[in-house]
Amino acid sequence: MEKFTKFTSRLAPLPIDNIDTDQIIPARFLKTVSKAGLDQNLFCDWRYDAEGNPKPDFILNQPEGRAAQVLLAGDNFGCGSSREHAPWALTQYGFRAVISTSYADIFRGNSLKNSLLPIVVSPDAHKQLFAAIEKDPAATVTVDLAAQTLTLPDGSSVKFPVDEFSKHCMLEGVDELGYILQQEPAIAAYEAARVLTVDTRVVG
Amino acid sequence: MGQVNGAASKPRTIIEKVWDSHIVAQREGAPTLIYIDLHLVHEVTSPQAFAGLRERGLKARRPDLTLGTCDHSIPTYDRTLPIIDKIAETQLLQFEKNCRDFGIPFFGPRSSKQGIVHVIGPEQGLTQPGMTVVCGDSHTATHGAFGALAFGIGTSQVEHVLATQCLLQNPSKTFEVRVEGTLKKGVGAKDIILNLISRIGIGGGTGCVFEYRGSTIRSLSMEERMTVCNMSIEGGARAGLVAPDDTTYNYVAGRPAAPNGNEWDRALSLWRKLPTDDGATYDKSIYIDANALEPMITFGTNPGMGIPITAPVPDPSKIGDPLERETLAKALRYMDLPSGKPLLGHPVNVVFIGSCTNSRISDLRAAAEILKGRKVNPKVRVMVVPGSQQVKEQAQAEGLDRVFTDAGAEWREAGCSMCIAMNGDQLAPGQYSVSTSNRNFEGRQGKGGRTFLASPLTAAASALTGVVTDVRTLNS
Repeated sequence: MEKFTKFTSRLAPLPIDNIDTDQIIPARFLKTVSKAGLDQNLFCDWRYDAEGNPKPDFILNQPEGRAAQVLLAGDNFGCGSSREHAPWALTQYGFRAVISTSYADIFRGNSLKNSLLPIVVSPDAHKQLFAAIEKDPAATVTVDLAAQTLTLPDGSSVKFPVDEFSKHCMLEGVDELGYILQQEPAIAAYEAARVLTVDTRVVG
Repeated sequence: MGQVNGAASKPRTIIEKVWDSHIVAQREGAPTLIYIDLHLVHEVTSPQAFAGLRERGLKARRPDLTLGTCDHSIPTYDRTLPIIDKIAETQLLQFEKNCRDFGIPFFGPRSSKQGIVHVIGPEQGLTQPGMTVVCGDSHTATHGAFGALAFGIGTSQVEHVLATQCLLQNPSKTFEVRVEGTLKKGVGAKDIILNLISRIGIGGGTGCVFEYRGSTIRSLSMEERMTVCNMSIEGGARAGLVAPDDTTYNYVAGRPAAPNGNEWDRALSLWRKLPTDDGATYDKSIYIDANALEPMITFGTNPGMGIPITAPVPDPSKIGDPLERETLAKALRYMDLPSGKPLLGHPVNVVFIGSCTNSRISDLRAAAEILKGRKVNPKVRVMVVPGSQQVKEQAQAEGLDRVFTDAGAEWREAGCSMCIAMNGDQLAPGQYSVSTSNRNFEGRQGKGGRTFLASPLTAAASALTGVVTDVRTLNS
């Protein structure tokens, strides 16, 4: 993973609440055994018509949306299925952060493991961002993970929460598995003390 | 599971007890490392995890705590026929290879034990009280019916668990869902959970684990409890569980992977300590009066958009918040539905009876009871998809397959099928289904398809009439 650095970007607004992972990447594209090419079908059913032509009114088919590295979405973004294909598709497309008032738990966890920052802002800041983008589609925000600040188009800054561990992993460009593997002695000790267990080999 | 014992200084919920007994390590500045007792894997969310293991040169740490099955992309037509979709076939073959290479027991496409991952775990006796259970699938909460802490994970975490049998997690908030009273005829487990989600919204349980409790939950069978727990994620909670009781123990006893003899006695003595202590408190609570519940149905494009079947579809113009108003209006445009009147009588093209929510033997029996000796409306395609090959065998032993086929319904092989529409079983654009599955998102059952989520009883009743039907109004 690459280190997550401070950046300034335009916003792609999707003012819809509860955008589920079936919209981000429909299930029919999950038959792949790799991660490659998912960006082509990001928001597929909103982005393309029945003939596969881009729908001109969808934000990612407009120059402002294409230039954005930050997705500005409605509340409870990423609800539904656990598919990690959703953050894979978003990051492959070029998104580095999402801004919303809340995220579904599994999506938030998956995003943090893929260098996609799920930024939570207050409802007021959220409204302010949608208003700013309405006024000026080229408006930008600056995302600074180290400082945990989001600089709004009017120059003001808001803080956003992120857990220390995920922040460290993203800033350093390391994944969690390396850390867990280092806990081998604790894992072995726990296993030695386990009381009840099943054995899947009995049935499989 | 680890030790459940220990002189607890304060009363704890079952959620906290299971969590506490699975802590492997807790270091400052990092989430808690917890142990996973059972890891279920399927073909769709695991290939990139196995690829990750190969890249790092890692093995699967505990194949004996891992089980594979294919369910999502597998066709539900005759298993002796070739798979038409070559991309799906490649995925299924890769899955078999991955399980073999890493020594993981699995149920292949032609196994007599194959089925939906959340049906086979309980069926084989692998899902047991007090466990932690994970799977790369958001409906893993189903296993919570046994008093297990069971939740869906992403593919990175599938790789973590394969490699280390552990996960980094932060503890969740506890959310009590208390259901008291007696369900009326025609009202069941699916209606309880759809009612809950319609009240708290699909983000209402975010950051929480539900504990379903109260007299109504106690009176439910294990399969009904699984239906309730299954849809916890649709209320935003990663997990939902029911404390174990005699209903649970009776269900587990004698299954292939269940403990035997002295092991059983030891397990039982530990399981009996799991239920929430008197005086334990929850971060959130909600009360549902079961006496007042009606059969539920969804009208919109998320599972929170549910109403009693006799109630009118809500009117967006009566909603104050602009974003909420537009979200509802957008849903009704997609569904092509007017607001202000009930869905009763709305034409239906497809009825789907299946999915990890409602594909167990009791679901099929309930549907068969309605369809027996009758014919489905000729304009409706009715698909009955058992949750596993074992459910299929049991249904056939009881003659349910004949009830379905005599009525004009399709009787298919086990899998996720039209719940997720990855395997060729799907709606055509614009079609309406009454579906016993768990999600009504745009395009979930096929691009442009429109889903009404409901119970097996409502689905079967609607299959007979060809329109959305209240099962209580059918002539017996």
